[in-house]
Amino acid sequence: MAMPAAKGSELRKKCVQVGPATWEIPPDAKPGMRVPARIYATPELLAQMDDGVFEQVTNVAMLPGIVERAFCMPDGHWGYGFPIGGMAAMDPDHGVISPGGIGFDINCGMRLVRTNLVYDEIREHIRDLVDALYRRVPAGVGAHGFLKLTDDEFAEVAVQGARWCVAHGYGWPEDLERTEEGGAIPGADPSKVSRRALERGRTQVGTLGSGNHYLEIQIVKPEHIFDPEAAAVMGITKPYQVVVMFHCGSRGFGHQIASDYVQQFAPLMEKKWGIVLPDRDLACAPFRSPEGQAYFAAMKCGINMSFANRQVILHRVREVFSEVLHRDARELGLEMVYDVCHNTAKLEEHEVEGRRRKLLVHRKGATRAFAPGMPDVPAVYREIGQPVIIGGSMETGSYLLRGVPTGKQAFFTTAHGSGRTMSRHAAKRQFRGKELEQQLAARGIYVRSVSYGGLAEEAGAAYKNIDAVVAATTEAGLSLPVVRFTPVGNVKG
Amino acid sequence: MPFRWLEDAPISDAGFEAWGPTLDECFHAAADALLALMVANPEAVEPREQRRFEVEHQELDLLLVRFLEEILYYKDAEQLLLHVVACSVAGETQPLRATAQLAGEKIDRERHQLSADVKAVTLHRLSVQQREGQWVATVVVDL
Repeated sequence: MAMPAAKGSELRKKCVQVGPATWEIPPDAKPGMRVPARIYATPELLAQMDDGVFEQVTNVAMLPGIVERAFCMPDGHWGYGFPIGGMAAMDPDHGVISPGGIGFDINCGMRLVRTNLVYDEIREHIRDLVDALYRRVPAGVGAHGFLKLTDDEFAEVAVQGARWCVAHGYGWPEDLERTEEGGAIPGADPSKVSRRALERGRTQVGTLGSGNHYLEIQIVKPEHIFDPEAAAVMGITKPYQVVVMFHCGSRGFGHQIASDYVQQFAPLMEKKWGIVLPDRDLACAPFRSPEGQAYFAAMKCGINMSFANRQVILHRVREVFSEVLHRDARELGLEMVYDVCHNTAKLEEHEVEGRRRKLLVHRKGATRAFAPGMPDVPAVYREIGQPVIIGGSMETGSYLLRGVPTGKQAFFTTAHGSGRTMSRHAAKRQFRGKELEQQLAARGIYVRSVSYGGLAEEAGAAYKNIDAVVAATTEAGLSLPVVRFTPVGNVKG
Repeated sequence: MPFRWLEDAPISDAGFEAWGPTLDECFHAAADALLALMVANPEAVEPREQRRFEVEHQELDLLLVRFLEEILYYKDAEQLLLHVVACSVAGETQPLRATAQLAGEKIDRERHQLSADVKAVTLHRLSVQQREGQWVATVVVDL
């Protein structure tokens, strides 16, 4: 029997401010909550959050084995199961793993590439660059990539991730040092992945997808370098420097892995493990159960495919810049800054009540933001903290941030994007893709999109203010801004 | 068309209600809605290739998920957009079973106005129920 759900509007009233940009709903707010639910937001952002966020974050607080509290980041919005922007750390011995706490698009993430170019050097080439990127990085419904992989090769990609790509000529060895997990998380097992998932993903390495996935050329205005020392470590040294940022995930492969296991866990939860939750989308399995371990190994295949996907896209970006500007990619300084994950569950070591503990940290639409000195931060960034890439809408801009010691309060997690405030249908009713394209062009942003409808859905006004989201993560002590980027060209899936 | 979009679906996603006097027609309408989410002019999808599938599940709503997932599978694995030509849902014997005949064609960006790339069919608000003489399916998909 499912428990009756408490109304989000009632739960909203139970939010108590417990710190700067930090709110909590106590565990007695709803039957079944094991821990408090914490939401990071300024009062304005909290008011913008839909009621679904309050219901869902308190549902997450009911999961068996949850440690300390359930979290929602300042870009949080209503999803299914967990809110998007949700995070929960589980005791691996007594807790669960939940596909709904990871998301269908496993390891959807952001990759940032710098160049040694400044805006004046590409201003005349923007259309050519974006048009070529649009042709070379397939986007939209059912897009397939240029890699023709056999079943065995795709299984290798699922195990080796971006390492497979670099070994096969689609990248530079140093790319891996600047990718979370070194571009391949250990423990991936393709035998735990369905035939259907393999077939859905096999042709999609090097494709962007649709929805909020995009590839963008951006510049750094001089007034937007907030932390010049950290920016220099990340290779951002010049006013109006050009960078390339893209957002995509594990495509049909990850989507099918998540679907397969949600459907497997949902009917077993109560019958087999006695787990009763108010929402079937929180379907989960005890982490140590054979089913939980199988999903963990399959999910890691999705993580690795996503790293490979972004690696092949980076390869295409280098090819395009090199061809359009008639200079070698090395000469153009097309070096990776970092690659961050959004939709994952990972075993990490954290301090809880003064004791080091291994925890299974679910982050759904949330970014890991490790602090300076932590061993998993690449050596080049260890003194400044892990780079965090927060993508905004195609109209507004994006941020590069870094992890900070006070991020410990949220197991070193921060926001991942702007976060929607308007549904896709509402955005499509309010905006016209063609008009939006023209308005963006007038503002110096050249956009190519597979679909005008999809373009309208991603209008800047459908999202929260990215500056406000980043300010909230700063105020709450989750991360610090390094630079802000302004878009000048965009390929939209 | 026997479906309507849900205005109160989760903010990042999309949902629809599809209906018909029989389970066959309800499933057919749900497949039409799914195709209409992915391509804004589904009438432009021509019946150049045929496919057939059969899915099973013990629960009716999860049978619908499997049914719709097959359409997503063809979209990703073969880049095919497919209309349901005929479908049959055996909803009285266990396991429940649905079969479908489909016709469509490879994605053609020149003729197909592509819209959202549907990632997955979620369990959020999922239901297949009889209501006032109709079978009604409620589905939220992840975009």
